[in-house]
Amino acid sequence: MLVYLKIYRYNPEAGRNVPSYDTYNIEAEPTDRVLDLLEEVKGHIDGTLSYRRSCAHGVCGSDAMRINGRNMLACKVLVKDVGSEITVEPILGLPVLKDMIVDMEPFFDSYKAVMPFLVNDDIPADGKERLQSPEQRERFDDTTKCIMCAACTTSCPVFWADDQYVGPAAVVAAHRFIFDSRDQAGDDRLKILSDHGGVFRCRTAFNCTEACPREIHVTQAIAEVKQAITS
Amino acid sequence: MVQHHQHEVVIVGAGGAGLMAALYASRGADTAVLSKLYPTRSHTGAAQGGIGAALGNLEEDHADWHTFDTVKGSDYLGDQDAIEYMCQQAVPVVYELEHMGLPFSRNPDGTIAQRRFGGHTNNETKKPVQRACYAADRTGHMILQTLYQQCIKNKVHFYDEFHVLDLLMRDGVVNGVVAVELATGDLHVFHAKSVVFATGGHGRVWEVTSNAYAYTGDGVAIAMRRGLPAQDMEFFQFHPTGIFKMGILITEGVRGEGGILINHQGERFMERYAPTVKDLASRDVVSRSIYLEVKEGRGINGGRYVYLDMRPETVNKYLALDGRTGSDGKPLVVTGDQLLAKVPDIVDFARTYLGVDPIKEPMPIQPTAHYAMGGIPTNYYTQVLADAQGTVVPGFFAAGEVACVSVHGANRLGTNSLLDLVVFGKEAGKQAAEYAKGADYKPLEDDPTAFTRQQLDRILSNQGGEKIVTLGEEMKMKMMDDVGVFRTAEGMQSAAEKMRELRGRYPNISVDDHGRRFNTDLLNAWELGCLLDVALVTAVSAEARPESRGAHSREDFPKRDDVDWLKHTLAWLDGDQVKLDYKPVTITKHQPMERVY
Repeated sequence: MLVYLKIYRYNPEAGRNVPSYDTYNIEAEPTDRVLDLLEEVKGHIDGTLSYRRSCAHGVCGSDAMRINGRNMLACKVLVKDVGSEITVEPILGLPVLKDMIVDMEPFFDSYKAVMPFLVNDDIPADGKERLQSPEQRERFDDTTKCIMCAACTTSCPVFWADDQYVGPAAVVAAHRFIFDSRDQAGDDRLKILSDHGGVFRCRTAFNCTEACPREIHVTQAIAEVKQAITS
Repeated sequence: MVQHHQHEVVIVGAGGAGLMAALYASRGADTAVLSKLYPTRSHTGAAQGGIGAALGNLEEDHADWHTFDTVKGSDYLGDQDAIEYMCQQAVPVVYELEHMGLPFSRNPDGTIAQRRFGGHTNNETKKPVQRACYAADRTGHMILQTLYQQCIKNKVHFYDEFHVLDLLMRDGVVNGVVAVELATGDLHVFHAKSVVFATGGHGRVWEVTSNAYAYTGDGVAIAMRRGLPAQDMEFFQFHPTGIFKMGILITEGVRGEGGILINHQGERFMERYAPTVKDLASRDVVSRSIYLEVKEGRGINGGRYVYLDMRPETVNKYLALDGRTGSDGKPLVVTGDQLLAKVPDIVDFARTYLGVDPIKEPMPIQPTAHYAMGGIPTNYYTQVLADAQGTVVPGFFAAGEVACVSVHGANRLGTNSLLDLVVFGKEAGKQAAEYAKGADYKPLEDDPTAFTRQQLDRILSNQGGEKIVTLGEEMKMKMMDDVGVFRTAEGMQSAAEKMRELRGRYPNISVDDHGRRFNTDLLNAWELGCLLDVALVTAVSAEARPESRGAHSREDFPKRDDVDWLKHTLAWLDGDQVKLDYKPVTITKHQPMERVY
């Protein structure tokens, strides 16, 4: 099938300092990934086209972009799922550096701010694993799946408007530890997230849940953190 | 503009091995980690099924059994002192990961869950044993995340999106690296007392692969360009179950949970090739069996693929036939929901990329280029070795897939790669810090970025008109056809010739992007150069070995030859010539035997 592909371009270094679009007609299989189309353009038509990618099957989180206006991983959406007219643009709310490449530093800074690591220095006397029941493990299973692609955070209207907000991904990271029966720093994390810039900025738009390529119930996780703070 | 940095230990790569090394090195030395990706993008995150350790949480198991299985799996090419060390360390290191917070799946009693995996057996009954410690089918993701989280906690110094292009040496001593900063295009010199390479593998040499775009053999190629050898490069694993055409990995854990392989006749064909463990034979054995089925016309609809079937009705039929019982002693019966909970990502991949719901339909699969057993030669202290005599390269360490210890020999067992990463990553971190403590900064050469600039400038100034993708596609097709699961002298010779031709054309590639910021065009071209170097050395090393062992399977020499070829290959790249040498395998307890499953 023939795909009409419209790609956002921005590269001040090469004189493209006003965002614009390049368009291509590409022959594609319905089962091709959108990433395959970008590779086709970059490899055969214009090598200056720039984007991040690595695993190409939805687990490394490199290639979140806006595809027909919605945040997706380019490697996890097939042509047949988005149709024969495809527009590809960078995710919103982070500074665009070149084409689809955005500055990820603010995103990772927010992640690092919520203590995204297990705090528990008590090791069983026999040196073996700490015990955790399947039910305790299940309690935080959903938020362990996060690949930090930023699809949720950059779909959030509060994040677009307010650069103080840590954003959904950071809350997901905190949730993963707050509800882990082994962790001992839940109160510290809840304090961080109850601050200005924390979880109460969320206005429950649900964009994050819709955007997550790992199908994490992000809005629910945020609600659970809110609940934990107020209870 | 060239920027200069100084750190006692510089670690290149931020997957499982690099991050584990970082945690340990940073305890004793000023440490920096350089990665061409953000650390959480590393390919460790794509590993699915489990990490092997004889915890014995569900049934009797021993590190000695794990050791023997790994030796046998390696087709006796693995070094037994290193294998024994790894399998002994497996148990405490898995507990250590749990203590760091790794969210393993759990048994009803709260211990770490374990599942069956290919080649891992009870050495007495010869039946598969539950040794793979797992977190659903996201074990690699959890290891990568947990180690990265611990690095944040311990304030490890990262240089994200710094692509290392050269290793610096003076008088045979390693003293730093050169990297390009993706965001600016600036070159950075990192002056170090010790350097750890944890750069991963090179599956992108082949057309159908489970490997990430980033897996371009940078570490091996950089070392070879500095005159160091690569070991056992002819041994590259094809994982039996990749998604047809795309190569995306479908974990062996699917078969561990009861999934089976079937041909066009609906036959469970592994019964004929591995009567005892059947679908849970070693990966090399299963991949060859699939190729033979396809060759005999028993692929699905005569095509180049077979089915991996994990529908509950199929799983239960064969669980009953195999007489499998649960922990309560009753016959094991599984439901679709239970299977979904065990391998949720596999179900997601099949639905997304195949349009197949694997609970209701079988998945079309084919072998996919997956893992480099070969790499930079090291001893089991992770010190890099310069020759067949075991001469250590001072200040240089390697761990993970880029290294060849060798714990995997001619064929790696599933779950042993994640184990390799953490055991030897940890060792590399300790060793590199220890070495740095007793060493001074060896002065840099006058112009440390000269070789890097020469490589990049040559690409940027070319007007030759050859395209990166054209050369890349020719390489991948040829290596898939002639240096894949089955090999012949003629095929490998023509592959080596083809790689020489492509390397001859490489100086004529031209790139479109001549800018500095995020010039991925330029770096793709540079990576292709690495792949071509690695592919040539692979083809030549393979052609020189007239036997079949593990993943190196020759139609013209179908038998293993322990008299002449129970030895490791070392290969040096010099222009378009490859010089070969050999060194003995370390054998301690297990004399080579015929390998049957």
